[in-house]
Amino acid sequence: MKKLHGLDYTIAFAGNPNVGKTSIFNNLTGMHQHTGNWPGKTVSNAYGKCSYNGKNFLLVDLPGTYSLMSNSSEEEIARDYICFGNPDLCVVVVDATCLERNLNLVFQILEMSLNVVICVNLLDEAKKKSIEINLELLSDLLGVPVIGTIANKPKTLKKLLSVISSSLENKNNNLTIPSKLKYSPKVEECISMIEESIKSKLPDEKQYLSRWISLKLLDENISINEALKSNLHMDIDNDSDIQEKLNQIKSNLNDEASSITSIRDSIVSSIVSEAEKIREKTCIFANSKYNLKSRKIDKILTSKKFGIPIMIVFLAVIFWITIAGANYPSSLLSNMFGAIQDKLLIVFYNLHIPEFWTNLLIYRYVSNCNMGRLSYASSYGYFLSTVYFA
Amino acid sequence: MKTLYNIPLNKSCTVQKLKCDGPLKRRLLDLGIIKNTKITPVLKSPSGDPTAFEIRGTLIALRKEDASLIEVTELENI
Repeated sequence: MKKLHGLDYTIAFAGNPNVGKTSIFNNLTGMHQHTGNWPGKTVSNAYGKCSYNGKNFLLVDLPGTYSLMSNSSEEEIARDYICFGNPDLCVVVVDATCLERNLNLVFQILEMSLNVVICVNLLDEAKKKSIEINLELLSDLLGVPVIGTIANKPKTLKKLLSVISSSLENKNNNLTIPSKLKYSPKVEECISMIEESIKSKLPDEKQYLSRWISLKLLDENISINEALKSNLHMDIDNDSDIQEKLNQIKSNLNDEASSITSIRDSIVSSIVSEAEKIREKTCIFANSKYNLKSRKIDKILTSKKFGIPIMIVFLAVIFWITIAGANYPSSLLSNMFGAIQDKLLIVFYNLHIPEFWTNLLIYRYVSNCNMGRLSYASSYGYFLSTVYFA
Repeated sequence: MKTLYNIPLNKSCTVQKLKCDGPLKRRLLDLGIIKNTKITPVLKSPSGDPTAFEIRGTLIALRKEDASLIEVTELENI
């Protein structure tokens, strides 16, 4: 796709739902992808172009996901694009106000992507809630560049672009080494048992996926088999070598009273607790009562006593607006157009414009209610066209 | 053992076990609900069904069916 359009690099934007991916995407590309303040607004990939320092980028806006492990369709879209869509770089947009939850996705993407930039968005919101994030330390801990942004401040986005472009230049030198998460010894043992056979089946440019695929196989993630088959022509279901190793792992685990399910739980738990550790190190909550205000409003709006009456009042107001309230602006508009119409009629009369044009221009476009004249104009038009065709 | 559904508002508890499997379990784990995670119910909707819980600094609403799958132990009031 990128070669077709004369673009130099493809950049994927991933992140949790409702962190402002699409806002950043729109501000960078100048496009108007529909954004909305609710999660799940983007359900398929959107493409846009943007250039910086003479380089042309193709930006891809992925649907928002909390994880890439469970099997919803938008998670699959995002996962397949990051793994097999060959983006040159993946920007993970995270929400500064709840970094910990966002890190879950960050770790998963670090496992399946070579070139990652973390973009900590909503810094303004975080500031309001007096949350401070040590971006440099975060960058050190994760081993990838981290930039703080505020989606509607162009200056912060310029910085993002400059980090993206310098990260792309370093791509071949491998200057940034994303730190891979260490799992429990048991999980690591299972990974090492299977990773080599997977490596031998993978094409050269996809070698780095071996660890991630091993994890997914331990996880018995069935959709990954399909994805590998269609994208890399790698048939795991019918690969005797890999299947044998997997069975061996399973039987080993059953011997030791720890089943494959415990391995799966352990994988997720490692990610979550690592996220917690990083959050503890990098985030400072200056004011621990930061979300008390919105909590109080929520409490009133959702309480038994006030919640439903408030909703009914709102509905009544909307009902009134549609039935009666709308008459005020509409009568205002019709008065205004009526006044313009009278003025225009005088002007047209003084300019000696033929009646046909007066009817067509004024009665048709200014006041649509004069149906008699309108049909006169259109039948005249019909007559003209029949003359032409005859 | 108590489940998350039985915990009164504003009383903290810690997760002991998830009594479910498959995608639902994965989903709950992804939300950060793992063993020893502290959870506090903070809001109940007017009908009393979805309840909002504070989990790892974020507010997450869970249905009664899902909340009753999470086994917890109550924490002493701090």
